[in-house]
Amino acid sequence: MARRALFTLVIAVVVVGAVGYLAFVYKPAIAPISATANFDPALVARGSQLAALGDCSSCHTAPGGAALAGGVAVPTPYGTIYSTNITPDRDTGIGAWSEAAFIRAMQEGVDREGHHLYPAFPFDHFTHVTLDDDRAIYAYLMTRDPVKQEPVANELRFPFNIRGLVAFWDVLFLHRGPLPDDGTQSAEWNLGRYLVEGLGHCAACHTPRNSFGAEDSAKAYAGGPVIDGWYTYPINASSPAPDKWTAAELAAYLKTGYSADHGVSRGPMAQVTARLSEASDDDVNAMAAYVASLMGSAATEATTAAAAQQQPILTSGDSLVAPATQETSDRGAAIYAAACSSCHDSGRGPPFGGIDFHKSTAVNADSPQNIINMVLYGLPAAEGRTGATMPGFAGSISHDDLTALLAYLRATYANGKPAWSNADRLVADTMSGKTVVKLYGQDGVQRAIPGAASQRTTP
Amino acid sequence: MSVTFNVNGQSQTVDADGDTPLLYVLRDDLKLNAAKFGCGLGQCGACTVIVDDRPVFSCVLPISMLEGRKIRTLESLGTAEKPGTLQQAFIDEQAAQCGYCIPGMMMRAQALLERNPGANETEIRQALEPNLCRCGTHMRIIRAVKRAATAMEGG
Repeated sequence: MARRALFTLVIAVVVVGAVGYLAFVYKPAIAPISATANFDPALVARGSQLAALGDCSSCHTAPGGAALAGGVAVPTPYGTIYSTNITPDRDTGIGAWSEAAFIRAMQEGVDREGHHLYPAFPFDHFTHVTLDDDRAIYAYLMTRDPVKQEPVANELRFPFNIRGLVAFWDVLFLHRGPLPDDGTQSAEWNLGRYLVEGLGHCAACHTPRNSFGAEDSAKAYAGGPVIDGWYTYPINASSPAPDKWTAAELAAYLKTGYSADHGVSRGPMAQVTARLSEASDDDVNAMAAYVASLMGSAATEATTAAAAQQQPILTSGDSLVAPATQETSDRGAAIYAAACSSCHDSGRGPPFGGIDFHKSTAVNADSPQNIINMVLYGLPAAEGRTGATMPGFAGSISHDDLTALLAYLRATYANGKPAWSNADRLVADTMSGKTVVKLYGQDGVQRAIPGAASQRTTP
Repeated sequence: MSVTFNVNGQSQTVDADGDTPLLYVLRDDLKLNAAKFGCGLGQCGACTVIVDDRPVFSCVLPISMLEGRKIRTLESLGTAEKPGTLQQAFIDEQAAQCGYCIPGMMMRAQALLERNPGANETEIRQALEPNLCRCGTHMRIIRAVKRAATAMEGG
């Protein structure tokens, strides 16, 4: 009898547990719509700007593929997730989604049919987006060209392939709803915070993640993740920029991908800056004001230290011959003098002048990864517009020469910061292809890495 | 410093500052004048030569990086009397106008065809993208490289 009672108890626990799990995880499907509504062109235009701010295309448009038709691989520690088709195709895209279904996906991370979406789709940020903005983005997406393209199946390990488990993640890490305004800050700052924390989802890359794959709120904007082979800079008070960013400099950088006083975007950030060039100036200025406040106001100490070490800019009539190096015995110095100085010490602006490395965020950062990438692969030229360009040296520079150059750059231009201890390994991993680097133009379009025949630019 | 490397099959030892660009050594010391000085910034490609098997800008390549390495210039592809396959293709397509960019174009194309003998037009365009031509003979240059690709694949 006791055995029978135990058996009944186990069955009861299993049934209650299963019902509880299903009730907890269950989200109803939202009925498909039969036809797409007509949208106000002004709403579509606003949606276009918001889609640029949210950079939908970075993840939803594959290199060389149809716009917003998905298929981009997003590597995660749990396996690979492939982005979905968000064109209004009825069968393979979101053509059958009502506005309510779209808003639920943005706010709760649940698709029209009731499946939980993985937080590779940053709904933990999009949940802060207002209904009005969601409606504008919906209007924009539903007026794009429908593309019939089946989504690629995710390749996630067990148990991460069970979508229902995301419901538990949501309990822990999804903080739904709008962010309350901070009355002590300006309207611009509050708009900037709304865009940065919401649609812009800057923290998705710039904040390190915990073991659940969620952003570690204790390290907000502390940088560190390596994405597409590029080191993500801290954009909080520990920003390595020798001269603190001003809001104006940051706004200009976000719109052009270039700042003479800081650096250039050619990793995945180039996709962001290319899209922000299409966004409204008011919105980008507000984002810049908010992020500049995260980094802290201009720290005069750091600014002065960097300024004191900068070489005077040449004026017209001065020689453009590189200054003679006094340490030609130093291998790195010789390489710098021959290969780098003619642009980087010229005092010219882009395209044929380089950044003064005293001001370079990359040289002053904790990781040399981004400088390694730029030395090897250069900055590809943009088509149809003026922008920074640089030749890559992957064809000529050896491992030892590159580490010597890095040591020279760090010792000479990093304003007294310690040497990079991991340079040797990062150079080896990058040159061997173990670290896969994706290179982008100023236009945000991915470029093939010269000589890396095995690297495909299309999925 | 003294650096020893192989240029067009011959061992050469040059005595120069480590930060001397390879282009200066090729032209001034070794009298190999095919590679041209264009911008001096690694932006135009007129100075392109092959180091080991990769095309590089010799104007921004210090000789300190070249100890023991194998360098090839346009002179290695053939002579006026006996042009190589690629050179003959450029003659057949009359691909040069002023000609200043052509040695660099040819060396970058040579590196491409050694790596990928049957390169198609897209691959040729992609590979030659770093090299500039101000006369505008790009279409003839592409035809010449395609002609050479066909000849090399057939041969």
